Amino acid sequence: MKLNLKVWRQKGAETGGKFETYTVEANEHMSFLEMLDVLNEQLIAEQKEPVSFEHDCREGICGTCSMVINGHPHGPMKGTTTCQLHMRHFNDGETITIEPFRANAFPVIKDLVVDRSAFDRIIQAGGYISVNTGQAQDGNSIPIEKELASEAFDAATCIGCGACVAACPNASAMLFTSAKISHLNMLPQGEVEAAQRVLNMVDQMDAEGFGACSNVTACEAECPKDISVKNIARVNREYFAATLASERVSKK
Amino acid sequence: MKLDGKIPAGDLSEKWTKYRGTMNLVAPNNKRRIDVIVVGSGLAGASAAATLGELGYNVKCFTFHDSPRRAHSIAAQGGINAAKNYQNDGDSVFRLFYDTIKGGDYRSREANVHRLAEASRNIIDQAVAQGVPFAREYGGLLANRSFGGVQVSRTFYARGQTGQQLLIGAYQSLSRQISLGNVEMYNRHEMLDVVVVDGKARGIITRNLVTGEIERHAAHAVVLGTGGYGNVFYLSTNAMNSNVTAAWRATKRGALMANPCFTQIHPTCIPVSGEYQSKLTLMSESLRNDGRVWVPAKKEDVLAIREGRLKPTEIAEEDRDYYLERRYPAFGNLVPRDVASRAAKVACDEGHGVNATGLAVYLDFDDAIMRYGKSEAHSKGLYNASAADIRALGEQVVEAKYGNLFEMYEKITGENPYKTPMMIFPAVHYTMGGLWVDYNLETNIPGLFAVGEANFSDHGANRLGASALMQGLADGYFVLPYTIGQFLSGEIRTPKIDDQLPEFEAAEKAVKERLAQFMNIKGKQSVESFHRRLGKIMWEYCGMSRSAEGLNKARKMIQDLRAEFYADAFVPGDLNEYNPELEKAARVADFLELGELMVVDALDRNESCGGHFREEYQTPEGEALRNDKDYTYVSAWEWTDTSTDPVLHKEELKFENVELKTRSYK
Ligand SMILES: Cc1cc2nc3c(=O)[nH]c(=O)nc-3n(C[C@H](O)[C@H](O)[C@H](O)COP(=O)(O)OP(=O)(O)OC[C@H]3O[C@@H](n4cnc5c(N)ncnc54)[C@H](O)[C@@H]3O)c2cc1C
Ligand code: SF4
Ligand code: FES
Repeated sequence: MKLNLKVWRQKGAETGGKFETYTVEANEHMSFLEMLDVLNEQLIAEQKEPVSFEHDCREGICGTCSMVINGHPHGPMKGTTTCQLHMRHFNDGETITIEPFRANAFPVIKDLVVDRSAFDRIIQAGGYISVNTGQAQDGNSIPIEKELASEAFDAATCIGCGACVAACPNASAMLFTSAKISHLNMLPQGEVEAAQRVLNMVDQMDAEGFGACSNVTACEAECPKDISVKNIARVNREYFAATLASERVSKK
Repeated sequence: MKLDGKIPAGDLSEKWTKYRGTMNLVAPNNKRRIDVIVVGSGLAGASAAATLGELGYNVKCFTFHDSPRRAHSIAAQGGINAAKNYQNDGDSVFRLFYDTIKGGDYRSREANVHRLAEASRNIIDQAVAQGVPFAREYGGLLANRSFGGVQVSRTFYARGQTGQQLLIGAYQSLSRQISLGNVEMYNRHEMLDVVVVDGKARGIITRNLVTGEIERHAAHAVVLGTGGYGNVFYLSTNAMNSNVTAAWRATKRGALMANPCFTQIHPTCIPVSGEYQSKLTLMSESLRNDGRVWVPAKKEDVLAIREGRLKPTEIAEEDRDYYLERRYPAFGNLVPRDVASRAAKVACDEGHGVNATGLAVYLDFDDAIMRYGKSEAHSKGLYNASAADIRALGEQVVEAKYGNLFEMYEKITGENPYKTPMMIFPAVHYTMGGLWVDYNLETNIPGLFAVGEANFSDHGANRLGASALMQGLADGYFVLPYTIGQFLSGEIRTPKIDDQLPEFEAAEKAVKERLAQFMNIKGKQSVESFHRRLGKIMWEYCGMSRSAEGLNKARKMIQDLRAEFYADAFVPGDLNEYNPELEKAARVADFLELGELMVVDALDRNESCGGHFREEYQTPEGEALRNDKDYTYVSAWEWTDTSTDPVLHKEELKFENVELKTRSYK
């Protein structure tokens, strides 16, 4: 199959960028990233600079790949990361537009590569349970209801890719942040720090320059791991309760 | 060089406890004045950095990833072993120790493996406390499943995403230490050299991958948790960016590389589909709990399948060869990985491979679906359920167990594994070899430690499933934080290491020159194309089976390829910018040297053991033939200058607690 690609090229954070057009010969068994590999091999053969894009596991778990394909973060397939997207879902002769995730809190580094370190700082603000190595009791001393464990798990499957931010018209990071908070706050181990956690993480999210959530729910639609907006509702409740219940404020 | 494993004296089961109780300690006030560099933020690196931070050391942690959470460990699927005996099925520390030694075909250290089995129990506790959502039973207690090579259920798992959940646990602990100021995190920084001062590791040289800046970082000790080198084969299940550079740069500074030819080929991966393919995808070993491996027994059926005239579901039971069950009745589909991989190769070599390339076998869930379906129907009181209803119920059970794997399979192949058997084939997956370390996890360069897949320590010639996560976390949480004290207790009077020392100057200069060299080749061929060619050589001659003739040929081919690389590679872009092609060039250059050493190591080892199968050494039934008399040693290679031959140092392995037996899974 022959494809026309409109790819965003940008030298660095400070410079502007623009679309460049390329044609590439692919086949339907390739993954989307393998198709881009072919493009890059082609560019290198012409002694041109290949398109920078990020990827690592290529099996939908590391959350590294990040691009907007035809207007959709991670492309048109539901519940699928870019690296798991296969060319059989595109047509011969099609024009495909490829851009980086766009958000103020995710500055472009080069071409399709953006800086998502804001997510790390949200975790550092409280996305953990304070237990040192060696302090743990026997694993089976805390029975956890199967259903509850499973719900916490659903939240914990977030791969930290940032597609939710790219999908949101406000570039809000609420789906990511709420998934991280929910995973820990739902579990008995996370309960002690739950109120402080929600305050610190939500406040850090705001400080990073992500927009406010206005319940558009585009994030859920584009999330490759089907993280539910129920997490957002839960965190909103918890945030409200945490501020009301005490004089507690964020440690930040 | 005399290699001292520094194995403590005493009874096997007491060695670690006694040693830990008498080890030198570093007082809290001194810890604050000691700097430790941890390279890597996978399970091993992140757990080590977090724990060292908790203990009060000043830690700097480096990763080439954009976030610690993206390390390759994230991709581990199936589970993590621990000798908890929660299932009351006779498991114990000794049994886990024994299974690991035997699984490794008697090529690992007893003392290390026993310590690993002891620590396994603490890991589960620690992970649960961190909020890792392990699978649970209805009663709320932790669930287990079985993995290959063992007859107990000791594998803890978090759906098919165990590595992800464990890494997030370690990453969260690390994040906490970062927020407390105990760990300084350097993302997007690649270590390109170790700095050795007066014989001790005192720092590293890194490249900032965003700006291209070359930086010096000094510390009292350096820990490498930089993962395995499976990508020397180009196609593997490893993440695309996994590489050997950190360990290889240490080797170039005099650290020894141990058992480099011990690589694990995993039996259940999605087969290669074309030349453009960039990586292979694992289908977790846990699937062999319920999947049955087979090929058509009749050649005419094979042909019909390849030509699309026949479907696997149309082949009658008696015309199928469930070759694992036939050859290994005791373990059946759950034989260890090396055995299962070789058996698949034999089936395909004999012409029974089921895809167009002839390099695939079936992994079939039909029996499991019907079996689970029946028991579900029963438990729901549906005694007259139709076959279709039973199938539907069974599919639900299988989905609950392996749903994400089945989904992944369907995404890649476009086929529905609930309805038709999966096609699988072995692929490179893990490297048992790695930097030589003693019982303290210290390399032969004092102050340089290696943890996780980067070291060679615990898996001998073959690793059992679900044991890499266990080892990485044991090293990082429960071993290194103690053993590093043995070295650091001697350093409490050493002032801050000065990064202006001539050794830093020289190392920085060497790194800069090397990178400039890659830019200046200005040849015609992409770095990727060299990597792909190296991978083909390695797979052909140093993969699932090896022979002296092939290995000799491969060595020459690799040397030629390396020369061609330095003459004709093309690296676009600039030194001082984000430049993935430059990163790749430096990594592939190191693979081009490591590959040769692997071949040399495979040639030296005139026996078949674990993942190392030499065609010259097999039984009449085609099973591996070990040679305990001559090869019960660890091969530790010194190779600082590639224009000379590598030098072999041997560490003899002593077995005092297990009897060396022919590994039999029949
Ligand atoms: C698909 C797959 C599934 C698996 N499933 C299982 C399983 O179910 N159970 C099991 O026990 N094992 C499993 N394994 C094996 C296991 O995942 C790995 O062996 C283990 O995670 C390795 O952890 P690590 O911390 O040693 O290294 P890694 O996780 O590879 O981490 C390496 C770290 O080092 C950093 N790094 C490397 N080089 C440099 C450098 N030069 N400079 C700076 N940073 C550097 C990287 O950025 C990364 O942070 C699986 C492996 C694969 C490939
Ligand atoms: S919530 Fe979904 S889209 Fe957002 S970071 Fe997590 S996995 Fe990605
Ligand atoms: S590359 Fe890992 S999720 Fe896409």
